[in-house]
Order: sequence, then structure tokens, then C-alpha cells
Amino acid sequence: MTMTDNPVDNGVNVQALLGAREALSATPEAADFTWRASCTWQNGTHSRSTVDSFTGLGAEQQHRVTYEFDVDHPECFASEDNGATPVEYILVGLAGCLTAGVASVAQFRGIQLRSVTAAIEGQMNVLGILGADPDIRNGFEAITVRFAIDADASRDDLQALIAQAQKRSAVFDVVANPTKVLVELA
Amino acid sequence: MKQTTAVVIGAGHAGLAMSRRLTERSIDHVVLERGEVANSWRTQRWPSLRLLTPNWQTRLPGHDYAGDHPDGFMPVADVVATISRYARLVRAPVCTATTVHTVRATPQGFRIRANDDLLGARAVVLATGACNQPAIPAAASAVPASITTITPLTYRDPGQLPDGGVLVVGASATGVQLAGEIHRSGRPVTLAAGEHVRLPRTYRGRDIFWWLQATGLLTERHDQIDDLTRARHLPSPQLTGTSQAAITDLNMLAAAGVRIVGRLGRIADGVAQFSGSLPNTCTLADLKMNRFLTRADQWATASGLDDELPPPHRFAPTRVDPRTPLELNLASGEITTVLWATGFRPDHSWLDIPVRDRSGRIRHDGGVVTGAPGLYLLGLPVLRTRASTYIHGAGADSAALADHLHSFLSSGHR
Repeated sequence: MTMTDNPVDNGVNVQALLGAREALSATPEAADFTWRASCTWQNGTHSRSTVDSFTGLGAEQQHRVTYEFDVDHPECFASEDNGATPVEYILVGLAGCLTAGVASVAQFRGIQLRSVTAAIEGQMNVLGILGADPDIRNGFEAITVRFAIDADASRDDLQALIAQAQKRSAVFDVVANPTKVLVELA
Repeated sequence: MKQTTAVVIGAGHAGLAMSRRLTERSIDHVVLERGEVANSWRTQRWPSLRLLTPNWQTRLPGHDYAGDHPDGFMPVADVVATISRYARLVRAPVCTATTVHTVRATPQGFRIRANDDLLGARAVVLATGACNQPAIPAAASAVPASITTITPLTYRDPGQLPDGGVLVVGASATGVQLAGEIHRSGRPVTLAAGEHVRLPRTYRGRDIFWWLQATGLLTERHDQIDDLTRARHLPSPQLTGTSQAAITDLNMLAAAGVRIVGRLGRIADGVAQFSGSLPNTCTLADLKMNRFLTRADQWATASGLDDELPPPHRFAPTRVDPRTPLELNLASGEITTVLWATGFRPDHSWLDIPVRDRSGRIRHDGGVVTGAPGLYLLGLPVLRTRASTYIHGAGADSAALADHLHSFLSSGHR
């Protein structure tokens, strides 16, 4: 038997990722990335953000197409509900980051995935953002992610998979740890 | 300028093992020591510390443990006595009270300025230790001035700390041991735990170092380790040099009343913020420990030892209190001391030869320094094998590097 008789294919190019790790360790300047989005107010609580370019590998990079995201609040907040709320985009970002991690780590560890779904919830008491109770924070009190994974692997291996996905996740780090944030007038 | 063939810097266990190897090969050398033999052990270790490795494993080239407690763990005072005895045994040519100020490369080899003297040598071995300076996170600069801060290099016992709560930052062997000791002194302790290595002291009736050696883990070579950078920077395992408890881990500390929180992120306006990743760092440590125990069980079965040893078992998963706080106000008066158990780094600031990478670490291949023929490093974690981290690792490492040094001299290079 050779490895190619039983190829694991989760659609992740592990060789390219390992190559990038090697190459970027040798040229650390190229590893500095800047991610960006621009946001334009529409009306009320509705805004539209676009994402089209970023800096990395020592150059300006373009997404294949421009992505647009409508952000709003639901009707129960007297808004028009033209899009997901900002905090839901955080959940989307965290779930997307962890899921990409699960697929990549599984590929690296030779685990064939058949399906991966994540149910993600953030608990929040809105008295914080309403300024009604100084003891309640604005942000999530807690976030829970529940992965259902169908794969050729033991429960221990899958546990290790989601543990490693958290360890290497940019969004998990951003959410779980303090980050310097500077907001200023142009 | 005085001239010698080789200069070893540092008369700790590693430098002395190298001295013995050089003597065996009739290589003329001196060992330069800023203080006395075993200086760091004399001056920079807290008295209740015991080696993590059992006595039977605490051996140096030509010197095995001969005491009455092979399964015991050496206290610091005995480590000092053992290393001092070893220096006499191998007749190491040690110059004590000799501080190295600079080491430079010359066309003939190296020029060492020590005290007020210049010394020329064809080869230099850096054996000054891995724990010369505390590695303290940037957040330290934001600790309120009312709080006492201390590192393990100057910590001696809880009595030197003010009354009140203590925040111990770091959950390595050092952090876990000191959190326990300070808690027992009656001071409330909070332990900030980032990524850590959980291992039991004993498993199936044998010491963990017996298993680490038997399974071949300790002899894994640096060039066989997948992620060498990570292996070299892993925190020390949460072990204590005592056989009183099978495991000294976060569960034990929490049960005793120590408050466990996540990795310290930043301190803003006097408020320390801790990572919400604690459940995952604990899960990772549990998974990693269990992977090693599975490897140990498989090795025991393959070696036909299952009838001799107690049956396999697993330790309870690390429990994380769902109410674990993410913040702690350092200005409230609850905390009076912060102890930085956040690791150590070597100090090679006196080495004036361009051999460092962008992080300031000396580039080397298993102790053979890259780009400076005749320059060697010894006594650093996972230098050549995983055993390099421990005292007995200096045996094989010094032999290999002395061989390399010997051929370097014989090649007539320079």
C-alpha cells in the first residue's frame, strides 16, 4: 500500500501551507499582513461594508471579487433588519476560522472529513449596551461552539482536532484575548 | 595575551561535564566561572526546590548517584554539593570569580576578555545556563506601583512577601510549585495559566522519568523533532520533586483553594485581563498527557511488562470553573504581590560575534554554533535531545560536542 491508495482529501493544500510556513520563516517581512474592510453608513443602524484588498507577502493583494456585507439590527430594536448584527458577524468570523482550522488540521493529520457543522452561540445581556446596568459588560458573557463532525476518527482524535483548531485560530485569539484598538477621526 | 586551546564558560554541571570530556581527549582548557562552582544553584534558586528528575537519573559522565535514595529528588543544597564534588572528581581547571566581559572572533580563533585579562583560544564552549534572566511579559510595566513584583531568581520563601493576595503568573513546574508553597503560607493565591505541560509524577507505580526514558522520548534527537522551536520553548512539566502525590496539577491546586485563571493578557488601568482560552489550554494539556500515557501503555505491552506493572489508568480531566474571572483589579488591594513564573532565558550578551537570529537567539545545530567554527553551546533545553533539558543530558551532549571540537582542532582549521 502506498499513501496514494487511500488519499485523504479535505480540499486543503497542506503542502502549500507548510511551504508558506518555511518560506515566511526565512523572509519574516513577507509574513506581516494587514487585513482591511471599509464601512459606509446607509441609514439608521444600517451600514454596508466591503472587503476587496489586503496587504501581505510584501505586496498589495486583491480578493477574486469584492465582498459586501450588510450590517443592521433587528426589528425588535426598532431597526429595519437589512442584515446580520455586528455581533453575529463576530460569531460568523469565529465559526469560519475554527472550521477552516478543523479542515486544515484534519488534512495534516490524515483524517478524512465527511461533514462538519458548528452551532455557535454568544450570550449577552443587553442591559450593558443600553447603559442600564454598570455591572454588565457590553460584550458577550460567553461564547459556545458545538461542532458535529462526521469523520474516520476516534472521539479523542476529534477532540484533539478542535483543540488544535482553537490553538491556531486568529479569531479565537482576538475574541479570547485583549487586543489594542485605536479609533480616531480621519 | 595568555593562550589556551579551549575555554569553557560556566562551571555548572554542563561546563564541568565538558571539562571532563576535554581532559579525556587531552585538550588543554580552562573553565571560567563568574562566581563559584554551581553558582546559579547557590544564588538563584529557592531553598525548597528539588530536582524534577529522580536521583538515579542525576548522573554526570563518570559519576553515578551513589546515595541511599535513588528514587528521591535532590534538594538544591545537595545539587550544589554534587556539582562541587564533581568539579573536584574531574579535576576541572576552574577559575572562579572570573567574569567574562566579551568573547570576540579573531583570525586565530577567539579572544576572551575576563576580569581584566585577555585570553586567546581556538575553541569556546558556552555553558552559562538556560535560566540567567527571567522572561517577563510586557504587561509587567503596567503593574500598579503599590504591588511588589518578584521573580523566581530572587524568591526564597513566602516569608519575604508582604501579607495579602499573590498573583502567580505562569503554570510551569516553577509556577505550580510556588503557587502551592505560597498558598500553604496562608496567602490567597491566583494562578494565571497559559499553555502548560501536565504530567503525573508517577504512573503505574513508576516515576514519570522512568517512562520518559523507557519509551525513548528523552532520547529523541533535535533533528527528529517535528517542531523544534516549539519543543525548545515548552514550559517545564507541572512536576514537583516529591513522591508524596501521584500528580501535582491544576486540579490539586484548585482543590486546595488556589484560584486558577487564564493566561495574563494585558493590564489596563490597573485591571489584569486573563484569556478566555483556559478551557482549551487545559484540554490541550490533558490530551497531550493522555497521548504520552497511551504511548507508555503501548510500550509496556510491547515489552511484555503488563503483568509486572499495575494496570493502565487515566487521571481526571482538568476541571475549569465556569465562573473563572476574566479580570482582576490589581489596584483594589486584594493582590499585594505579582510573581513572574513566566520562564527564563539565557544571557549571552557578552558574546560579540554575529551568530544570532532575528529573535536574538544563537543559531546552532545541536550545539554547534552556525557561522562561527570552534564555538559551541551546551546546557540548553532540547539542545541535542529532549534529555538535554535535564542534568544527565549533559553526558551525551558533552561527548558529542567534544568529539566535534576535537575534529575541528585536528582539521587544522584556523
